[in-house]
Amino acid sequence: MSSLSLASLLSPGAFDRPVDQVGANERAAKFTKRSIKTEAKHQGLLMAISMIDLTTLEGKDSPGKVRQLCTKGIQPDPEDLSLPHVGAICVYPSMVRTAASALEGSGVNVASVATAFPSGQLALSERLKEVEQAVSDGADEIDMVINRGAFLSGRYQEVFEEIVEVKKACGPAHLKVILETGELESYDNVRRASHIGMMAGADFIKTSTGKVSPAATMPVTLVMLEAIREHYLETGRKIGMKPAGGIRTSKQALHYLVMVKETLGDDWLTPDLFRIGASSLLNDILMQLAKQRTGAYQSADYFSND
Amino acid sequence: MRLNVIKTYKLYVGGKFIRSESGYTIERHSKDGEFLGHACKGSRKDLRDAVKAARSAQAGWAGKTAYNRGQILYRIGEMLEARSEEFAELMHAESGASLEECLKEVETAVDRCVYYAGWTDKLDSVIGTVNPVAGPFFGFSVPEPTGVVGIVADPSTALIGMLSQVLPVISTGNTCVVLPADDYPLTASEFGEILSTSDVPGGVVNILGGVQEPLNPHLAKHMDVNAISLSNAAADTEDLYVSEGAENLKRIRSGEADWMQPDAHSLSEIQKFVETKSVWHPVEA
Repeated sequence: MSSLSLASLLSPGAFDRPVDQVGANERAAKFTKRSIKTEAKHQGLLMAISMIDLTTLEGKDSPGKVRQLCTKGIQPDPEDLSLPHVGAICVYPSMVRTAASALEGSGVNVASVATAFPSGQLALSERLKEVEQAVSDGADEIDMVINRGAFLSGRYQEVFEEIVEVKKACGPAHLKVILETGELESYDNVRRASHIGMMAGADFIKTSTGKVSPAATMPVTLVMLEAIREHYLETGRKIGMKPAGGIRTSKQALHYLVMVKETLGDDWLTPDLFRIGASSLLNDILMQLAKQRTGAYQSADYFSND
Repeated sequence: MRLNVIKTYKLYVGGKFIRSESGYTIERHSKDGEFLGHACKGSRKDLRDAVKAARSAQAGWAGKTAYNRGQILYRIGEMLEARSEEFAELMHAESGASLEECLKEVETAVDRCVYYAGWTDKLDSVIGTVNPVAGPFFGFSVPEPTGVVGIVADPSTALIGMLSQVLPVISTGNTCVVLPADDYPLTASEFGEILSTSDVPGGVVNILGGVQEPLNPHLAKHMDVNAISLSNAAADTEDLYVSEGAENLKRIRSGEADWMQPDAHSLSEIQKFVETKSVWHPVEA
């Protein structure tokens, strides 16, 4: 167990300053009102592609499916070779070797969920073993889930120490901490969990597993972005943000990019500090880009079904 | 003394009556200058949304039993019959044709609903086949719906042309997006109200309104539209659909027709919007 104490790390305020819920909802809604057209939209969509963690987390995942997804991540549209590759391919630990060999040398990272994703309900020793195995199989990024049971019981120190342990087990791999905001009940809790994650060594904080509804929403992401800003102003450390789950359309993706730009600024508009966890979003973006290129509205019939 | 409430005729998309996202409307007057109401003017983005609605409704509509689709088509006829006078009056005001002629048109429309309602659960038996094959197999060929159909409504009639185009299309499980005739947007929107009270699921028939011409190229090029129905269309309109629709091999129905004839209906109108699926099945010993 870590000898660090959470209380000694947190500045006063991080826990007891409440989030203005109505204000957060209204502020988040305002980001959807920007008009982004033609060239700016085109650039935004390319940027969004480069930030996608293209994800498959199904019981029916097979090596073939993962290889197909990797091929798509490297070269999203065979009809348009100018498109960037995605940020990472996100898979279950059992698929890390397959993904790592398919992505070798492509610049696309391998991200693996671990720590008994999505529930996290296993002994800590088992969760740490899973992380170590994923990293040694070739994962560049680990997406862990926090212990929501402990968090909601108020055992914040325990949540903190577990993240510290997982971070150690990650070694060189980047750590994304999934808060599963759909289970955290309030924005105050989201803010608290964000601070715990960042203090414990997260490189990214992430909204959701995608297995719980609601998944990522704009207000929740805004609360987390504000927490990242507070953390940056206090420590000088830039933490990344990853909304995941429920972001399916190009329009939504652009809304999130606007929110990041207007909350944290251009520094965060890079795949190193902002990712979108999604599976169907990529096809929607490809269809938008094809519409811009050809002038014709597109059909899902002509894009790979993944 | 009270102020008359003048109706705004909406688009019918995904089972909802909506204004155009563009905000544009067209003022509609009767032939003798009386103000009839505003028709919402469908835009390119309304068309996009309508195709999306049609696509998402298609599998569910095709998945209903043929018998159930027949009941629903019959119900369109029932609702039309019940509101025939009201409907004829609107058509009379919008088209300038005599009330008698308009009533006749509504009657013909009701009959057409009954005709196509009857076909839905007989089609497979009549045009499906059991094929002779050289081996221990059964070979079946059965009709399946083509998918999403764009209907460029007949410009010469207010109701009967459009209806005669829509019914064979939806009878087999296709869904459609209708561009109403430029001269009859109010009748088209009113027909949407018939549909919405006839158990036709939202998105099966989507009706825009306004002017066809600016929407034609977008419908013709749309990759998610599988077929186009034209009727009494101008030659250059047909040329546009034939050339721009080639990219995804749209089926195109066109030609001249007098839809008011009592027998201006046929099985071949249905067959223009079906695909044949053939299945081999081993014969059990």
